Amino acid sequence: MLAMDYRGPYRVRTTDKPMPRVEHPRDAIVRVTRSCICGSDLHLYHGMVPDTRVGMTFGHEFCGVIEEVGAEVENLKAGDTVLVPFNIACGQCHFCRQGLYGNCHEANPAATAVGGIYGYSHTAGGYDGGQAEYVRVPYADVGPVKIPDWMDADDAVLLTDVVPTGYQAAEMAGIQRGDTVVIFGAGPIGIMAARCAWLFGAGRVIVFDHLDYRLDFVRQYGPAEVYNFREVDDVVVFMKKTTDGLGADVAIDAVGGDAKGNALHTLFGVKLKAEAGSAIALHWAINSVKKGGIVSIVGVYGPTGNMVPIGNVLNKGLTIRANQASVKRLLPRLIEHVREGRIDPKAMITHRVPLEEVADAYHLFAAKLDGCIKPVLIPNGGR
Amino acid sequence: MAVPARRPAAPNRIVPAEVLGWGVDAEPDNDPTWPMRDRAGDPGPHWPRPALQRTEVKILQSIEYARRPAVFGTAVPPRGLSGVVRRAAFRWSESSWLHWLLLMGADRVNVIEGVADDLAKARIPNIPAEMGARAEWAHNRGGLFRKIAVAGAAAAVIAAAIRRRRV
Repeated sequence: MLAMDYRGPYRVRTTDKPMPRVEHPRDAIVRVTRSCICGSDLHLYHGMVPDTRVGMTFGHEFCGVIEEVGAEVENLKAGDTVLVPFNIACGQCHFCRQGLYGNCHEANPAATAVGGIYGYSHTAGGYDGGQAEYVRVPYADVGPVKIPDWMDADDAVLLTDVVPTGYQAAEMAGIQRGDTVVIFGAGPIGIMAARCAWLFGAGRVIVFDHLDYRLDFVRQYGPAEVYNFREVDDVVVFMKKTTDGLGADVAIDAVGGDAKGNALHTLFGVKLKAEAGSAIALHWAINSVKKGGIVSIVGVYGPTGNMVPIGNVLNKGLTIRANQASVKRLLPRLIEHVREGRIDPKAMITHRVPLEEVADAYHLFAAKLDGCIKPVLIPNGGR
Repeated sequence: MAVPARRPAAPNRIVPAEVLGWGVDAEPDNDPTWPMRDRAGDPGPHWPRPALQRTEVKILQSIEYARRPAVFGTAVPPRGLSGVVRRAAFRWSESSWLHWLLLMGADRVNVIEGVADDLAKARIPNIPAEMGARAEWAHNRGGLFRKIAVAGAAAAVIAAAIRRRRV
């Protein structure tokens, strides 16, 4: 079968790989019909995630058709069309039972701190991902959800990560009616966090980025007040001034380790890899939020450490909330939002690319070319 | 310190009540620990475990685990020099910088092994294509020419330096 094949930082291609097989009685094999490239895939692509092995297939946002199920999978059968949450979760451990499906303790031998994630290095369990014609789906009786007849596959594929992560960013922010929410990053997650902040009753939604085309998009889609941080002398002073000197009620870091905006962080976090990615978005979030406020982190960082003003977290009495999205927990509500038209996921898709052109799609997305916001790979001709 | 003067209302200020779906999920009791404190049905540290996956490949396991998780990926088993380094890395916990630094080092060694693998199979990797040169050509031709010029200049400087050293 054809699959994306990581060859090293900034280098990917497609290769013929062996078909995945059922390795556990709760596995399924899914024929992939849509598979996105996620902003967090770019951390892998840039060589920032430890234990990313040459030959691995990325891809944790995918949907498709069940081809085969293991002996213990009773709720799915061959031919079902499913969307597959990016977290691999057993559904019965201490964490899954608390709704923390992104923190399952039975899916990743390599790290206790990280759950199992498709195609996200061996640090996240060593699973091949969905940027392929077929993919192995463990615990298939827990994660995959049948796609409703009325739902477009382009909407379904974005419910595997982007929509739940953006929604949980807003949920973790503990937004109260009338709150001012500042979001760092106008990538797909920041865009979705802006949309969802309103659902929780935000009074103002402010988004910072440095790419005008993305700011233009979120201005309409969120909607949101938008600012290019390169045109602002000091992001934190700007935020204080626009909130009567107090700061935002909540701040969301929707960027993670690839953040632009500070040469020091870029040098240490991205070029030298001496910290776990550039943490300037988190730095701004901590310093832009008001005393007693909440910082919600969904941007992805590596497992080592970052230079952030933790002293300000103490002195300001901040609450920091962070997690990989608990997709399974959130899906019922999110499907309802899509049906009611409150969230329009597929509007974010700017590029639909055959799997064979995966290298170009990665470069397009990473270099922010051609107005790219969300690229979707189409294996198997989308069928 | 004086409080900065308030900026005039931003021209793109939005009226919340006019936003589709405003407040439909507002939850005054949204607790900072949600959902971790939802302990209904929480089995504690002893839950009925899934069947254990069997494997014939080497699975590297964090020493912070009391037992191996039931299910795991087998995408790329450790092998070669990078595999030796990866195995060594797992002697230290996730809390150790050395653990992660060794894994990052193994990743870099693995890239060289990947090229060697290709060559051993009589395949010359098309590195420009793997780096998305076609997209760069289509959408950022000026940038592509700049990169080529910079790379060419760097190569010329290195060549000149080598030549001078030989003389």
